[in-house]
Amino acid sequence: MTLRIGSGSAWWGDRISPAERNAAEGDLDYLCFETMAESTVSAAQVRARRDPTFGGYDTYLEDRFRAVLPHCIRRGTRIVSNQGWIDPLAAARKVKALLVEHGAGDWPVAAVTGGVITDRVRDLAGSVLETGAPLSSITDPIVSAEAYLGAEPIVEALAAGAMVVLTGRVADPSLFLAPMMHAFGWASTDHARLGQGTGIGHLMECGAQVTGGYFADPGFKDVPDPWDLAFPIAEVEPDGSAVITKVAGSGGLVDRRTVLEQMFYEVHDPARYLTPDVVVDFTSAEIEEIGPDRVRVSRIGGTPRTDTLKVSVGVLEGFVGEDTFYYAGPGATDRARLAERILRERFRVVGLVAEELRIDILGVSALHGPMSRSTAEPYEVAVRVAARTRTRAEADKIGREVDGMAVSGVGMTAKRVPHGDRVREVVGIWSTLVPRDAVRPQVHLL
Amino acid sequence: MSEPTIRVPLRALAHARAGDKGNTSNVAVIVYAPELYPLVRDQLTPERFAAHFRGRITGRVERFEVARLGVINYVAHGALGGGVSRNLNLDQYGKSLSAAVLGFEVEVPARLRNSLRGPLPDSPTTPRPDDHPGGTDGH
Repeated sequence: MTLRIGSGSAWWGDRISPAERNAAEGDLDYLCFETMAESTVSAAQVRARRDPTFGGYDTYLEDRFRAVLPHCIRRGTRIVSNQGWIDPLAAARKVKALLVEHGAGDWPVAAVTGGVITDRVRDLAGSVLETGAPLSSITDPIVSAEAYLGAEPIVEALAAGAMVVLTGRVADPSLFLAPMMHAFGWASTDHARLGQGTGIGHLMECGAQVTGGYFADPGFKDVPDPWDLAFPIAEVEPDGSAVITKVAGSGGLVDRRTVLEQMFYEVHDPARYLTPDVVVDFTSAEIEEIGPDRVRVSRIGGTPRTDTLKVSVGVLEGFVGEDTFYYAGPGATDRARLAERILRERFRVVGLVAEELRIDILGVSALHGPMSRSTAEPYEVAVRVAARTRTRAEADKIGREVDGMAVSGVGMTAKRVPHGDRVREVVGIWSTLVPRDAVRPQVHLL
Repeated sequence: MSEPTIRVPLRALAHARAGDKGNTSNVAVIVYAPELYPLVRDQLTPERFAAHFRGRITGRVERFEVARLGVINYVAHGALGGGVSRNLNLDQYGKSLSAAVLGFEVEVPARLRNSLRGPLPDSPTTPRPDDHPGGTDGH
């Protein structure tokens, strides 16, 4: 038996049509949606407090489900998704309503909850992984703390008959591992298969990043029809080995290079990739190109999981104000540098209080800073100003001073009409570990 | 090293992908051919990686070698301005750091030029001892 698992998204803003194509043409047993970045939960918590119309789940949930449900219902494709964000139950109720609308109201829908530990994190957690300092050293308001759950509660939901499983924060590869564990009956102590299956999940979790997305470099790594990328499909065998592929006729490519780039994406020690289910060892992996856009991946290793869970902690840390304006033609860079000098003086005059102020000349050194190679004078440049501040009023000064550059600045300054999105709130994301048994996931069946 | 060499950007030997976690960026460097692996391993040491990124990353650099897959994974701490959400750099996730490493210059024996990608210099250059890419600690 070969299990066919398709990717439906790699993040909240991802395209929807490739999910529909996988559902329609992929002959899938499972379709898995990954929609959360590190900051998704904290941003959702902040929004939930201010916006009563916000449902607490993926804002594209309805769009995504409307696109795939007719195909999934026809084929009997089960769906595993972390679109539940901070309210998986609300997401599950919404999906149930959509199923009724599509004539599949008898499909059981599950919600996995229990990962949110905001009210307990200060008691449970030790130190901040990034800094080594105790969690108590965080004095700013903690708006969210959620554990990365593993595959087990999803397996429980599938075993209970759920055709759709909605979760909040779950380790991304676990979304893909759970169907394998359920279909093949792997135990949570079967480290070898869990390692292999999690490795495949890791290759799948970023969607098009293994099918030719985030990859093209013209002349060095060319991608066919890059405007028509498909999301990946894994054809998984009972031992966890899998062929990574995509629907026929789509653009993009799957080969040894795309698989290797994704295998090491966001990995630190490749022999010890920590997940809630298992510790993965990629160093033993075998990667074989067995046909066009077909790559077999096997022999990824696994060792027992740790007795802690990673928790992502969101902290309100102030604001960022930013704005950009532009120069072109002869002397563009000189005018940009004068503008930078004027702004630095102006920020002194208006008494800007910022933790960090940054003025970049885009086109010269904005992204790579001091390591940027000097090349010929660019024809056009942008001046981009950003500051991180404690208060919104201070952040507002960035856009207000850039406004002043219109009539009081440098000659031939090109500028956008002042716009409203020049200040954003900063939710710092920090990591910590809590004892595994302090987190009790719950499965609700609708 | 007496055999003729050519000096080329790492981009001729390898491709790369950057990923973010907290304030740390990992840059996986993947050689196009196995015979190129020792060149990258010997020349793009963690120290030279850090020197190449001087002023752009603030923390230490770790390196994980997986020779059988042709991959060297560099883990650069302090690469993301305090973390993605706090980062004032326009490249908040540090995705373009993989392009930055591809600008690192590598000396390649001229006999391996058929293994390289992209435009190459015409004639071999014999390096001077103080002319080694990435530093003056010639070996």
